[in-house]
Amino acid sequence: MHLTDRQDIEIALFVEALRKRHGYDFGQYAPASFKRRVLGLATALHLRSVSELTERVIHDDGFIHAVIERLSVPVSELFREPQTFVALREHVLPQLASYPHINIWQAGCAHGEEAYSMAILLREAGMYERAQIYATDFSDAALAKAQEGIYPSREMPLYLENYRKAGGKARLQDYCTEKYDYLKMHDELRAHITFANHNLVSDGVFGEMHLILCRNVLIYFTDPLQDRVLGLFRDSLVRGGYLCIGIKESLSFSAVAADFQLLSRELPVFRRVAPKAVP
Amino acid sequence: MEACVVGASTGGVAALRRLLRGLDAGFRPSVIVVQHTGTEGFGMLVSLLRDSCALPVSEARAREPVLPGHVYLAPPRYHLLVEHRRHFSLSVDERVCHVRPSADVLFASAAEVWREQLVAVLLTGANDDGARGAAQVRGLGGKLIVQDPAEAEAPEMPAAALRLAGADHLLPLAGIAPLLMKLAGRPAA
Repeated sequence: MHLTDRQDIEIALFVEALRKRHGYDFGQYAPASFKRRVLGLATALHLRSVSELTERVIHDDGFIHAVIERLSVPVSELFREPQTFVALREHVLPQLASYPHINIWQAGCAHGEEAYSMAILLREAGMYERAQIYATDFSDAALAKAQEGIYPSREMPLYLENYRKAGGKARLQDYCTEKYDYLKMHDELRAHITFANHNLVSDGVFGEMHLILCRNVLIYFTDPLQDRVLGLFRDSLVRGGYLCIGIKESLSFSAVAADFQLLSRELPVFRRVAPKAVP
Repeated sequence: MEACVVGASTGGVAALRRLLRGLDAGFRPSVIVVQHTGTEGFGMLVSLLRDSCALPVSEARAREPVLPGHVYLAPPRYHLLVEHRRHFSLSVDERVCHVRPSADVLFASAAEVWREQLVAVLLTGANDDGARGAAQVRGLGGKLIVQDPAEAEAPEMPAAALRLAGADHLLPLAGIAPLLMKLAGRPAA
């Protein structure tokens, strides 16, 4: 049997161990990218095989945190896919402006880049004071980093370009302090962000949301899990609320497509429509 | 041969146009291409290749089935992978060899799906992306065609593949499309 087929067996056992030992279910992750991540995890931890990972997951109590950190959503960028922020600024925020209080759920927040980007966008629209951003992830390690909001300075040129393309109204440097080789997001951006643990695979509906952002997370899920998560988003949104996904993601392969209306053909922003009345 | 994966970087647009021009409308394998390019240049790349090729050319989309006789391009800033049920998936995981999309990522996932029914092609490029993926293609029984570094606009990428993976065929660019036609059972043009 070829090595790659033996690795598939090892990965199936690893998934089983994570589920039975720690309650994390990775069984519905898209297999090709999941395999790549698991093999990368074993290499990064200097283990010879996925079976050694499985052994540590079962017997070493603290080990699970390192595993979850490496298997969760990868880091993002400030204002990643900037055209999406243009769409939010021009089409979504004016609609949300009529609400006295605005709930936003950013699902799969990784190290917080998107939550801070959203906070900046809301500030520049004069809406941040009455907004609450719930930024969730299933990795506590990621949430701790998100809370800190510290990013390497070498990413700054990319962030600046993104911010400019997103139609930023100020200077990105006004929202962070650069020191040594890092930049730290200002505390005032954190004032209306709540970082919380939530697992899209196993946890339930999250509040009465007006906008849900979940970009480049669904690409890692198989169809049934994607449908579960989109159902969760639908049920978490107020009627007329907005869902924003990644520019390479779509609802067209999903069972919940009928519950959402696409705002524009070019951008992955959807509005939750009223459920169809049963005749 | 059921599928062909192609990796190219510096100088790749001209090389890809020439390669795809040599495939006729009856070519049945799926062709999946990673060409390193910026977001801005990508739309132009798709239309240039469309003009150069008798086969339909489009950006590979997540969850889309991989169709025979179709040329797919990896979208900029995403890794492109093939899943076992022969549909595409995308990822924004870390860059590999400083690039995303990476030919290593595409080649490795395609090798697992198509095994000995896969042919990988490495063209001109100025980094070493694709070499590890090419080794995996050969390791799983697929064939590897490498453009002769001596005539490649940027020799590093094919040279790195030769060093790490060797090759089943080392050819000038002009010879690659005719070989693909032959491997696909098409009469020579």
